[in-house]
Amino acid sequence: MEVAQETLTTPAPTTAVEVSGSVALLEALIVEGVDTIFGYPGGAIMPIYDALFDYNDKLNHILVRHEQGGIHAGQGYARTSGKVGVVFATSGPGATNLVTGLADAQIDSTPLVCITGQVFAHLLGTDAFQETDVINITTPVTKWNYQVTDANEIPEVIAKAFYIAKSGRPGPVLIDITKNAQIQKFNYQGYTPCEHIRSYRPKPIVRTQYIQEAAELINQAKKPFIIWGQGVILGSAEQEFKAFVEKSGIPAAWTILGAGAIPTEHPQNVGMLGMHGNYGPNVLTNECDVLIAIGMRFDDRVTGRLDKYAKQAKVIHLDIDPAEIDKNVKSTVPVWGDCKETLPLLSKAIEAKQHTEWLDKFNDYTRQEVDAVIHDELNPTTPEMTMGEVIKQLNEITKGEAIIVTDVGQHQMVACRYAKFNKTRSNVTSGGLGTMGFALPAAIGAKFGAQDRTVVAIIGDGGFQMTLQELGTIMQSGVDVKIIILNNRFLGMVRQWQELFNERRYSFVDIQSPDFVAVAAAYRIAGKRIDDRADLPAALNEMLSNKGSFLLEVMVTKENNVFPMVPQGCSVSEIRLK
Amino acid sequence: MSNQDTEKQEFNITVYTENQIGLLSRIAIIFTRRKINIDSLNTSPSEIESIHRFNIVINESEEVVRKLTRQIEKQVEVLKVYYHTNEDVIWQELALYKVSTDVIAEKVSVERLLRENGARAVVIRKDYTVFETTGHREETDNLISILQPFGLIEFVRSARVAIIKDSDGFNRKLREFERLEPGEDVIENEYLNQGQKVFTM
Repeated sequence: MEVAQETLTTPAPTTAVEVSGSVALLEALIVEGVDTIFGYPGGAIMPIYDALFDYNDKLNHILVRHEQGGIHAGQGYARTSGKVGVVFATSGPGATNLVTGLADAQIDSTPLVCITGQVFAHLLGTDAFQETDVINITTPVTKWNYQVTDANEIPEVIAKAFYIAKSGRPGPVLIDITKNAQIQKFNYQGYTPCEHIRSYRPKPIVRTQYIQEAAELINQAKKPFIIWGQGVILGSAEQEFKAFVEKSGIPAAWTILGAGAIPTEHPQNVGMLGMHGNYGPNVLTNECDVLIAIGMRFDDRVTGRLDKYAKQAKVIHLDIDPAEIDKNVKSTVPVWGDCKETLPLLSKAIEAKQHTEWLDKFNDYTRQEVDAVIHDELNPTTPEMTMGEVIKQLNEITKGEAIIVTDVGQHQMVACRYAKFNKTRSNVTSGGLGTMGFALPAAIGAKFGAQDRTVVAIIGDGGFQMTLQELGTIMQSGVDVKIIILNNRFLGMVRQWQELFNERRYSFVDIQSPDFVAVAAAYRIAGKRIDDRADLPAALNEMLSNKGSFLLEVMVTKENNVFPMVPQGCSVSEIRLK
Repeated sequence: MSNQDTEKQEFNITVYTENQIGLLSRIAIIFTRRKINIDSLNTSPSEIESIHRFNIVINESEEVVRKLTRQIEKQVEVLKVYYHTNEDVIWQELALYKVSTDVIAEKVSVERLLRENGARAVVIRKDYTVFETTGHREETDNLISILQPFGLIEFVRSARVAIIKDSDGFNRKLREFERLEPGEDVIENEYLNQGQKVFTM
């Protein structure tokens, strides 16, 4: 490197200096406040890695074991820190390995900037070694993507990338940089963050008319019901949301990604929505008179059968993304805007109320659910352990302060149903895409994004085997992640469906596993396997007090089902307790 | 839901965008992802420098079209999207016909037929002549069948271009869109040419 990096780092140089595209990229990351990068080097991104060698003290690069692990780590980082996750990968297979993570981040609105290396510009389209058309492959799964072939473009393009990733409804951005642009020297004029793109409106303008109309509906409502999603967390509107909930006195339920925006124990928090959500929130969706949806997108796993969903209710929909309004559920009043701005306006316009009788109705349903499902799940008398009792024990030790990262399947539903969240940004899971293999790498990123918090990854025996190579990342980086494998020796959720809907024809769901504790040991990670309930509290304590990562494998009932359940194609009010 | 909302008909979708590589693909996949066929697609620079205009024709219900336009408008490099029924627009397709010059020279009737159909010679060579005509699909089709007996050598037709019929109609659409899709009143005035009526509703 020609120029000492001290002369480049912010504030921007007053006179132009000649730097490579790679250096300009790393300078941009520093100005954007990036401290951690998850990545994997390769031929087409080598000039960037060469430059990175000199930035070791400013940018903490975590070498992952697979690019999918890298991007899930970036997602975990973004979800717990609220910042943009940054991922590096090389061209060809490096870039295609990002696709699952991009799709996951796109559907769960996670801000990411992914940098991929690309072959020299003059080789584009020649089927060069490790060349793939990354821009076209990733177009459907990115909020924005762009190919840089000239180093002069780098500062402006990276500035746009960060602005687009984090503003409005966040999402993943991919920048593909050809090798020549990484090497090319150009006159670097400093880095200016982007604040405006003329064709891009991140936030719709708030219309007071709709706020008034919404407030009138809420003030007249006898049985209003709030359902909230991740939008509250993405908009950092937790306080504004809590104030709205408390002034209105309205019961509130959450989608899986909304969990923790207000504490689990809040008296008006009536539980989780959707297929494996709580009894009351599902049934009473079809009884409320005004449904107030905040920062959520009426996913089919939440609504069940759409033509029988809340047909009796007037719907107020608060969302920052105009394309979400009327997409699945027709709104009576669309409250466009950032909920950090709209919620205070709405709170101001509504009357302070109590809906005691209506709230009691939710509590009645909770009691029924406790009797039919929850009590036995959390306090089983069976010889084998249940997933629920593990979560209950964990709650008792962590007191709801931990970040819980889950994979996909039965353990995910159980963990999200029973885990206590005192704080926001505590629930990290793959919601929309349902990506098995998400949890282990996401937990690594989650810890880097919230270093002072305990991170517990809860993973099934199936999902763990999809990305267990990231144990290598834990070993090398020394990151402290607690891993609980809930092992039911089945691909449990598919097995549950096969039991309920395919006459127990268990087709390829009995999965064998290696000795997970031995695998962890091979990576020099402490571990323990338990199958006796009596050992559970001590094992959890040992895991949580261990210095460094720990893998705890808990053997649980083989054929347990997650209930309640709204079977696919059924209305939310047809939710089954068994 | 009204019939008008769910009945399929032709819609003309007008999209104003930045001139950006890859944007065509980003817009096209919004349709293909939903298995919707694009009947006609025209893209070219608009009257304002650096801004492109797409005219897309699909046969769908208004409900679907409304959702599609929002998905298109959500793309970072898209400035604005409008949709109109055929009744709301004046539209044309351009067609070129290559016929043997000898045939035209010999048969007076052919020349008359061309004239009657509003065709205009673009190129006249010894071996062939290229005529052009504009019109609706039926009109350009009609001339094909007329010329076919006289040895049509080659034929090509453009995508549809459409222009909004009247400012009132456009105004109403725009107001409707603004209700459904909020934003500062015609924020694009800031960037687009204020003198152009189409942008200054």
